[in-house]
Amino acid sequence: MSNTKDKTKNSFGAKVLHGNLLYTLISIAVGFLVGAILLQAAGISAGEAYGKLITGVFGKPKFIVWAIVYASPIILTGLSVAFSFQTGVFNIGAEGQYVVGTLAACIVGVFLKVPAIIHVPLCLIAAAVAGGIWSMIVAVLKVKRGINEVLSFIMFNWIAYYLSNYVVNIPAVHKEGGGEATKDILESAMMLVKSESLQDVLGSGASYNIFVAVIAAIVIAFILNRTTLGYKLKAVGFNRHAAEYGGINSNREIMTAMSISGALAGMGGACQLMGMGMRISQFSSQEGFGFQGITVALIGSTNPIGCIFAGLFYGAMKYGGTKLSLVNAPAEIVNIIMGTIVFFIAIAHVFKRLLLDHAGKKKAKSEGGTK
Amino acid sequence: MLLRNLGLLINATMTYTPPLLLAALGSCFSERSGVINIGIEGMMTIGAFVGAAAALTCGNPWIAFLVGGLAGALFGLLHAIACVSFQADQTISGTAINFLAPGLAVFLCKAIYDGSSDTPAVDISMKLPKVFDGIFPVGSFWDNVLSNYSVAYLSLLLVAVIWFVFYRTKFGMRLRAVGESPEACDTLGINVYRLRYTCVIISGFLSGLGGAYITLATVSQFRPIVIVGQGFMAIAAVIFGKFKPHGALLACLLFGFCNGVKVLATSSNTVSPNLISMIPYIVTILALVLFVGTARVPAANGKPFQKAK
Repeated sequence: MSNTKDKTKNSFGAKVLHGNLLYTLISIAVGFLVGAILLQAAGISAGEAYGKLITGVFGKPKFIVWAIVYASPIILTGLSVAFSFQTGVFNIGAEGQYVVGTLAACIVGVFLKVPAIIHVPLCLIAAAVAGGIWSMIVAVLKVKRGINEVLSFIMFNWIAYYLSNYVVNIPAVHKEGGGEATKDILESAMMLVKSESLQDVLGSGASYNIFVAVIAAIVIAFILNRTTLGYKLKAVGFNRHAAEYGGINSNREIMTAMSISGALAGMGGACQLMGMGMRISQFSSQEGFGFQGITVALIGSTNPIGCIFAGLFYGAMKYGGTKLSLVNAPAEIVNIIMGTIVFFIAIAHVFKRLLLDHAGKKKAKSEGGTK
Repeated sequence: MLLRNLGLLINATMTYTPPLLLAALGSCFSERSGVINIGIEGMMTIGAFVGAAAALTCGNPWIAFLVGGLAGALFGLLHAIACVSFQADQTISGTAINFLAPGLAVFLCKAIYDGSSDTPAVDISMKLPKVFDGIFPVGSFWDNVLSNYSVAYLSLLLVAVIWFVFYRTKFGMRLRAVGESPEACDTLGINVYRLRYTCVIISGFLSGLGGAYITLATVSQFRPIVIVGQGFMAIAAVIFGKFKPHGALLACLLFGFCNGVKVLATSSNTVSPNLISMIPYIVTILALVLFVGTARVPAANGKPFQKAK
């Protein structure tokens, strides 16, 4: 890292080599490199495209705000997947939990007439409960009937998808006059910044949904690292049989974990609805927030706080990607870059071993081969 | 009349089953050899695009079909490199492929077809043929049953072939054994790496074929949403079918049948199409709860194998 042979630097270097961050950053660099090669091969200037990506996100304060608004729901679905990974379950159903979350928040948001101070929390709670129940059904099927959760998650994603399209078309919910969407949620349920002076700086799309995501991440980090529940959940994820031997009821812990995971994805849906969408449109294909959550969880090393940064990164890429058409670059390059990053994270441990071996040899050499 | 409706139903089932079935058979290979392949969806999407693009370029549907399969196989190779050689987490690698392959498909589509995310329509002469079409009088039972794309019948035949490979050949016995205990196979001199590479590449190839079937037969055009979760349905079918090729066939027929019912029922316009669309998924869950029960996952599924040094 640096030429100074200071002891603290050495231990810092060792920390960097053993942690995940360095390898995530390398993977991100490789992702952009692969993207650049493809863009050039397609006859598009990579410099121009990446330039647009950067100015599209950081060019104005309101762009940054938009990127953060985009990031908030993905941080929550990312947290949902990361939390499930910690307990040894793969929540591929975050997509469906997200959808029922938006539905619940939408219904409460459209029909309940209460002041904003209770309306917003009520919508969030409704979304969390809906997502939690959606996931808990799968957990019960897994625990009581031994049904593979990956299979039922996939089924429940599709049931949620069609349920949402069904609800959108119910006359009482459907928007009057044109547009395949629900009515807008009431103003009291919108998580928008209402102060006009702030809007002048941040843009009219400014939403405070990011705070929900950040608070959720902190709470989840606290649960995992500082509570008995978190300890039990991680124990089950690490070795189910050992945990049971230690007196932990692993079935109950798995059901708890999957419900919490579903609640997080459901809240992600509420954040998207109340901070960005304001209504649910009829789907023509799955929105992908759940699958993007898997990517966020992986880039964030399944660490709750890591998910905040990974989610902000994904949000920025997603928002920046919408502007790539201005320089005639396909927005899909974002998916390719994200896929490459995840692919290299999957094989990151190979680089890690190589670098550690290299560092180990260097050390042995400098110590005169006494080892 | 009843017979004719039955024929229509079989026809609809046979239209929707083959892509799922091809991908599911691919998934069987991968999962049984101990490699989780969640990237089937991506492999189908790239197969769908490359199949359509190849047909538009060379005009021969069969070559295009195979080229679509090869595109899937390429991503199978990528998955194998990560999972077998580098012992990567298989779920992570598969997730990566689900972003990479569809992203690349649409990217290439836009690069080749003037920024459009859809390919031009594949002309009927470049579509996969319907061999038995026109032998029986139009609208008769046998016409409905046999007038489908010939690949549909080939895919059924393929189930028998793969069943034979799985249960009656040395290769099949080894691939099942490697999915249960790679260490034991290794001590017996079986090359675990090579076998897993073969299986994962086959799974990519068959998924690519499944994707290409959609663009070369049913939809006759590539669009970004042309696969819409069919790869995941194929994975579900394999788990539903207890990781057996004939089990996957039954599961795919059920999904295909429900899809056929859905399409026929929606055209009658009495019940909300969205409610009808939920039926296949609810039926699956109910069938699992009531009849099928637990699927035993191959013991080494998802566990990277490292040869002892």
